[in-house]
Amino acid sequence: MKLAGLLLLTAGWVIVISAIALLPSPIGKAGFVLAGIAVEFLGLAVVTYSHSALNTERE
Amino acid sequence: MTTQPFAPLSDAALVLCTMLVFMVPLACIGLTLVNAGLARSRSAAHSTVSSLCVLSTAAIAYVVFGFSFQGVPGGPAHALAVAGKEWNWIAAEPLFLRGLRLDLSALSLTLLLQIFSVGLAALIPLSSGADRWRLGAICGSTILVAACTYPLFAHWVWGGGWLAQLGKIYGLGSGFIDGGGSGTIQVLGGIAALSISWILGPRSGKYEPSGGTTVIPAAIPAHNIVLVLLGCLFAGVGWMGLNSAGAILLSGVHPSRVILIAVNTILAASASGLTAAAVTGIRFRRPDASLVANAWIAGLVASSAGAPFLKPAAAILVGGVAGAMVPFAVEILEFRLTLDDAGGAVSVHAIAGVWGLFSVAALSDAGAQNGSHGQWLAQLVGVATLLGFVLPLTYSLNWLLNAVYRQRVDLEGESRGMDLHELGAGAYPEFVVHRDDFMQS
Repeated sequence: MKLAGLLLLTAGWVIVISAIALLPSPIGKAGFVLAGIAVEFLGLAVVTYSHSALNTERE
Repeated sequence: MTTQPFAPLSDAALVLCTMLVFMVPLACIGLTLVNAGLARSRSAAHSTVSSLCVLSTAAIAYVVFGFSFQGVPGGPAHALAVAGKEWNWIAAEPLFLRGLRLDLSALSLTLLLQIFSVGLAALIPLSSGADRWRLGAICGSTILVAACTYPLFAHWVWGGGWLAQLGKIYGLGSGFIDGGGSGTIQVLGGIAALSISWILGPRSGKYEPSGGTTVIPAAIPAHNIVLVLLGCLFAGVGWMGLNSAGAILLSGVHPSRVILIAVNTILAASASGLTAAAVTGIRFRRPDASLVANAWIAGLVASSAGAPFLKPAAAILVGGVAGAMVPFAVEILEFRLTLDDAGGAVSVHAIAGVWGLFSVAALSDAGAQNGSHGQWLAQLVGVATLLGFVLPLTYSLNWLLNAVYRQRVDLEGESRGMDLHELGAGAYPEFVVHRDDFMQS
């Protein structure tokens, strides 16, 4: 879970910088930057869930 | 490759910057007092000694390694070619400051400011690791911040790196703007605090299941709120120096803006503290001292990015929003996400810092020559980099450190208190502050 979350965080960032470097139109850039940040938030949620004190207790 | 340096400063501006840089350690003193006051009484001396060790370790690690990776605009650097554009990603200065003449030049002042700034960033995680983080691990983690994560990101923002060049290369406003370090110092430190909080886990007894599925976290109050509030006052003075010197030396802002920066800094902190007092007063029927103190710091944090570019009314808005966010952020992290962040570092430094970065695009005219849309994108890319690159890197490095050298103290040490366990003496040996504080087991 933790590794998956960290990989999602990194994948989101790769989407963001790829959009900036490769896409010519401002609207395309903005769309993919927001999509990349959404992926990062998904990763953050996964890492946070995997570190939850309640989960740790259950484990 | 090299990038363009800023315009040279006059002698008067250099003297002004020297005075401003000398004010910055007051911010470190402020955070030290806040961290010590928010910790338990049985860990107060450990917290203060840890702050000294953090500042010392950070200074040495930064001088030996960090500055060579961070560099300054116009200095030597390595670049990658991506789709025909050059991305400046790391500086190539010599290690140990070799060849650098330390005099009253802008470069020397920048180095001195960065030594204090990296210390400030490394102090932030102490707050979240209170009462359970071992001194040796604290020094190890500080080396990771001062020699690796901070210089790398600071080069991208302040050393002429790719985030600073987003405006020139891709027409995104004026590139990523972070005048006094809302992102580079505060969010980076807050991210380190989040990683440490995750790796250490909660303090013993913080989240004890009470039979059902719901767990109500135990309240572990600050042991000396006077220290915390005094720390806030010191931090306010230090932050005026930090924001002003950072804007002039690291972002190329004209020195004539120094009064505007100081006014905006204090207005943001004031608005933030008052808003938190009002919010907690309404919610709990009386203002909560520790949340008001946290909100004051959050106002300072949020002001850092945009202080040179905001109008005073906008600075009040920036502080007000930060102050309203802090009580809710602390509650969500502690109750919903079960994150034991003893001093609220993630809420105060990471969340308020991100708001500060966005406020530059939302409330100032910085980068407006290329359209505010571009400045928004530049700020988003900066925040995405903190979240998607700096957080995984910081977490992974600290996870590796923890695998080699266990960062958390053992259960016996935690119950005796960090003062007795690691230092052999308590902060208040003549007073019995708490029934079990100095009990020999």
